[in-house]
Amino acid sequence: MAEEHGATSGETAGKAVAQQQDHTAPAPAIAVVRTDRIPNPGFPPERLRVTDLDPKKEKQAERTISALFFLSIIGSVLAVVAYIVFPIDELDPSTIRLNNMFLGIGITLGLLGVGIGAVHWSKALMHGHEQVEQRHPTRGSDESRERSVEIFREANAESGFTRRTLVRNSLIGAVVATPIPAIALFRDLAPAEDPVALLKHTMWDTGVRLARDPSGTPIKASEVTIGSAFHVIPEGLAELESHRLEEKAKAAVLLMRLPVDELNEREDRAGWSYDGIVAYSKICTHVGCPVALYEQQTHNLLCPCHQSQFDVANHCAVIFGPAARPLPQLPITVDEEGYLVAKSDFTEPVGPSFWERAL
Amino acid sequence: MNRRIETHDTMASTSPASARRVGRRHPLATTALLVVGLLATGGAYALATTTATAETTAASAQLIDEGGKLFAANCATCHGMNGQGTAAGPSLIGAGALAVDFQVGTGRMPLSASGPQAEKKPVQFTQDQVDAMAAWVADLAPGPAVPPDRFIAGDGDAANGAELFRINCAMCHNVAGAGGALTQGKWAPGLAGVDPVHIYGAMVTGPQNMPVFSDLNLTPEEKNDIITYLLYVQENPSVGGWDLGSLGPVSEGLFIWIFGLGALVGVTIWLTAKSN
Repeated sequence: MAEEHGATSGETAGKAVAQQQDHTAPAPAIAVVRTDRIPNPGFPPERLRVTDLDPKKEKQAERTISALFFLSIIGSVLAVVAYIVFPIDELDPSTIRLNNMFLGIGITLGLLGVGIGAVHWSKALMHGHEQVEQRHPTRGSDESRERSVEIFREANAESGFTRRTLVRNSLIGAVVATPIPAIALFRDLAPAEDPVALLKHTMWDTGVRLARDPSGTPIKASEVTIGSAFHVIPEGLAELESHRLEEKAKAAVLLMRLPVDELNEREDRAGWSYDGIVAYSKICTHVGCPVALYEQQTHNLLCPCHQSQFDVANHCAVIFGPAARPLPQLPITVDEEGYLVAKSDFTEPVGPSFWERAL
Repeated sequence: MNRRIETHDTMASTSPASARRVGRRHPLATTALLVVGLLATGGAYALATTTATAETTAASAQLIDEGGKLFAANCATCHGMNGQGTAAGPSLIGAGALAVDFQVGTGRMPLSASGPQAEKKPVQFTQDQVDAMAAWVADLAPGPAVPPDRFIAGDGDAANGAELFRINCAMCHNVAGAGGALTQGKWAPGLAGVDPVHIYGAMVTGPQNMPVFSDLNLTPEEKNDIITYLLYVQENPSVGGWDLGSLGPVSEGLFIWIFGLGALVGVTIWLTAKSN
């Protein structure tokens, strides 16, 4: 529509509008209205506000607005005063409460006072008449359009952008090359080593002792009483200098002891437990939350994030929820001193699926 | 003391006889008198001590007896007359005094109705009666005993307790001990206002679906640290202000969706409404 208006002068535009209006009239020889377009009802009659009619109300609104602005000033000052009067004592966390509360109240008053005051001003006191602003064609005049094309031509001739191809092409090459350092830098944010290998292996290995989280003291099989749940890390993890949390995130294990007659063991995993003691990865196979809500009577393990449930008595089979695979089991045994040790690393990658994870 | 009494016993047969024969002026009379005096004192002391021990045993036997009667009247329907367990309730042999103190002392037992788990309700017995039943159950077979006061005093290392709580307890009981949901209608109860001895008892005995945290897993000192942390959390208000029950995204989300969005809708309506 604007295009059409733009292409024609004011006179033709008027004609077009007249034609449009004709469409609403009945066509010759047809007794029905061609379109059911609702005619523009125009503006409702203007309703004057109380502040327009009553000078007292106007005065009142004025006082209210200035009061809001003054309140804002008070709030801003209060925030500064509160910051000084209620300092945060590093040794006493409860001081944060008062500091934050009064600082927050002050800044809130400061901002809301200005905002509410300004809106109230515009609604109650500023000019309230409704106005119509007509839309104008956006096309420039023919002269200005020709002149702008001419400017481009002149600039091209003077700079030689299309004539000096060596300069132009080398410039394009230089501009294209500028993001390359960024690519190199951001690429280095990815792990330097092969992430797939990192995801497939944990700190567990043959003979690594199972240790308590967080102290790192090894656990004897005799210490795990029936119904117990131990939160386990590999021995040596607590002393790691670097990547401790990354290793813990992969190697965290939950150790449980079930009555032997309640534990159903698969043939191929017969030697993976010790006297009813089983160890499973604590990392959920759904999206990697720590699964540790163990119920010792039902032998259910619940993931708190998305309610996946695993049956510890049946190799942590998924019995509810979005997880797709059982939790990986850590094969364990005891060493000659009676400490629980891993027989090997997990036999499958722990945690959620990833692209290169072979199923 | 024992050694002294033995000595007197051997001399008692000879000394009084010689004293009678030669009279009070006999050179050995003083010695004899001394011996008799010591014998009397020692004998009386030994008698008194034995009586005291017998009284304790009698009191203990009486307590166990009283506990047995209470057990037969209130618990035996499900746990069996000898605590051996029935189809309706588990065996209590080896459950120990601490398990009784927790289950009955928090009102979970006697069970009012079967359900996903026993609910905490008003305690049905006096502490003396609970102690009597605990003594009776402890008499069945050795089991966890009520800890000495120093392990439930709550005067340990709150920071260490907080770390142990986050690792071992927080996934079910919530990091602030507010409790949380488990599977199929079960739940981990909130820990505010729970008596330290019951917190300790729950860790040691693993009531219902709670795993056991024996003294070989968390030492009594570490349990005291955990109790210290829980008391600290209860006594010190949340640093972040109103904690909305410490339930995390559930209560916080509900609050911001209702009141936060409600306020935004209100402001929007006010902004676009025409002034009077």
